[in-house]
Amino acid sequence: MSVSWFKYAAPMNFYPLAGKLIPLFWILAIALIGFGLYWGFFQTPDVLSDQKQYYRIIFVHVAASWMGMWLYAMMVFWGLVGLVFNTRLSFMMAQATSVTGALMAFIALASGAVWGKVSWGTWWDWDPRLTMSLILMFLYIGYIALHSAIDNSRRADKASAVLSLVGLAIVPVIYYSVNCPNPNECGSLHQESSFKGVESNILLAMLVTALGFWMYSFATILMRVRNIILERDMNTKWVSKL
Amino acid sequence: MFNTFWMILKRDLKLALRRRSEIFTVLFFFIIVVSLFPLGVGFNEAMLQQIAPGVAWIAALLASMLALERLFANDYVDGTLEQMLLTPQPLSMLVLAKMTAHWLLTGLPLVLVAPVVGILYHLEAETIVTMMFMLLLGTPILSMIGAIGAALTLGLRGGGVLISLLILPLYIPVLVYGSGAITESTLQSGNIEPHILLLSAFLLLSLIFSPWATASALKISLE
Amino acid sequence: MSLTVSNLQCTRGDRQLFSGLNLQLSAKQLLFLEGRNGSGKTTLIRTLCALFVADKGDILWQGQSIEEHLETYHNSLFYLGHLNAIKGDLTALENLRFNHTMSGQDCSDDELLDALERIGLFGYEDYPTRQLSQGQKRRVALARLIVNKSPLWILDEPFVALDIAAVELLQQIISQHIETGGMAIITTHQAVPLTEGKVQHLNLDDYAATSGMESYV
Repeated sequence: MSVSWFKYAAPMNFYPLAGKLIPLFWILAIALIGFGLYWGFFQTPDVLSDQKQYYRIIFVHVAASWMGMWLYAMMVFWGLVGLVFNTRLSFMMAQATSVTGALMAFIALASGAVWGKVSWGTWWDWDPRLTMSLILMFLYIGYIALHSAIDNSRRADKASAVLSLVGLAIVPVIYYSVNCPNPNECGSLHQESSFKGVESNILLAMLVTALGFWMYSFATILMRVRNIILERDMNTKWVSKL
Repeated sequence: MFNTFWMILKRDLKLALRRRSEIFTVLFFFIIVVSLFPLGVGFNEAMLQQIAPGVAWIAALLASMLALERLFANDYVDGTLEQMLLTPQPLSMLVLAKMTAHWLLTGLPLVLVAPVVGILYHLEAETIVTMMFMLLLGTPILSMIGAIGAALTLGLRGGGVLISLLILPLYIPVLVYGSGAITESTLQSGNIEPHILLLSAFLLLSLIFSPWATASALKISLE
Repeated sequence: MSLTVSNLQCTRGDRQLFSGLNLQLSAKQLLFLEGRNGSGKTTLIRTLCALFVADKGDILWQGQSIEEHLETYHNSLFYLGHLNAIKGDLTALENLRFNHTMSGQDCSDDELLDALERIGLFGYEDYPTRQLSQGQKRRVALARLIVNKSPLWILDEPFVALDIAAVELLQQIISQHIETGGMAIITTHQAVPLTEGKVQHLNLDDYAATSGMESYV
């Protein structure tokens, strides 16, 4: 059986499909986040002698930080698809993703600040990864600001797609410069991250919560995309029949 | 193709020379910003020496930001830009010519005026030389990346503030290594070679990609 | 030489302007583009210049897609919009020389001076154009038509801001271009008398979207 993917590139056909998918993603999001946080809060052992109970914010913090980065990549991806195939729906997806992405970057920053206050004794430290989350949020803000400053929706879509691509191209350079401001010596407050040293229950809780955050993002992005479709296709026959 | 490059470069320089005041606005903006800092943070010599690299670079970022708005705006308003899109030449070459002119008119003057910063902040002669060299290496990057933002925000209301929002985060590597190298050069064991190499790599990268990105942004903005 | 447009559909913002538009233009033909305000004349003209991307449809120059052979197409195209594309700080001659060289054609200064003289700017060549009147500025822009050798001219409201003498002169220039084998697309209500060649009319109101838009990708 072959599925006609291009059929769903038309906002008219995607609108009802998205409507059917949204409840599914909500259920998955609630179930996964609920399970992940339960496992993280109550089923992980207190084995970490140097970390106190407050480390458990990690389950939200890490998931939000990951989502902040992944959603940026997804936003660039949809923008690129739009620029190559000239499909309006891809741009709408990119636009809808930007808001959820900015929210995730903000949650990562806020939860990081709380964690930093109790763990390092300060709300903010110019630690490379914190700085990078801040810059990521600036990139989202730039994208949203440019998109909303342009009245013509087609120009807004394409211009912000180009901006996000340029951002993606420069992010590695920014990342390197923030991590390594003095190339003669590099250091970081965060520990080296690797899954190997992580206790398996903690890892499980972390991954499940992250997956839940994915589902939540899908649900909100689809809801936002449906609004954008209605707004843009206001003058079409199919919307007036709804 | 190079013929067109020279022609646009010559025209932009000629236009700027007939409106000399515009070159000096950016230059004096830079000097004023730099000289306001000591009034705000105090005149302690050691502290001024310490903050000088960062202050000089941030002033340079803001000055180049200020000049960006004009990069395409005039040609856009009078229809020249539209005609440029219709020439049989590759648009990225025309864009590169405009970037070059922009740098010669706004970036290079900052490099030349850097010794003034040195005097105001009690810097050693060698530090001043490093500062000039790093500005020479870094300001073209500002013009090139900034051009993308200028092209994207062409003709928008509040374009000037919007450009800063889009472009300033992208300037971070230039700021980090540009001022890092100047600080490093004041140290006994300082080694600025890695800074220079990294900034040169970034310069090369922007030289390859920014004319192309700016050209696509212009096509989108003029649609 | 021919320009072929088939099944063209354009949307500006979220509003569909026209759809199913076809046209065919060959050598020695003049096309008048008509339609009420907001019918999409300027958008169509910009689409024909490849400045604007249509939703649907093909535009072929010499049987080749203009997007795929953009440089060839732009080499054969002369476009003049509402804006004059001249710099107030440059003289009339400098403006003409820059704009003409930009379009990739060579021309001696004598030919350029002749063109300025014919358009009625004799004695004004060395003034900065900001000192000229609105109509004179338009003439500086129109002087490019005299030296231009491109076969396809696309002119958006070329007669605006001109006095009677200049209107007559422009009519002459256009008809001469058509009679010597060129083609032109013009939006105007001004008639252009031709002794040779063919005149077409296209009214955009005939292609306007009627009740509600069709869905599109």
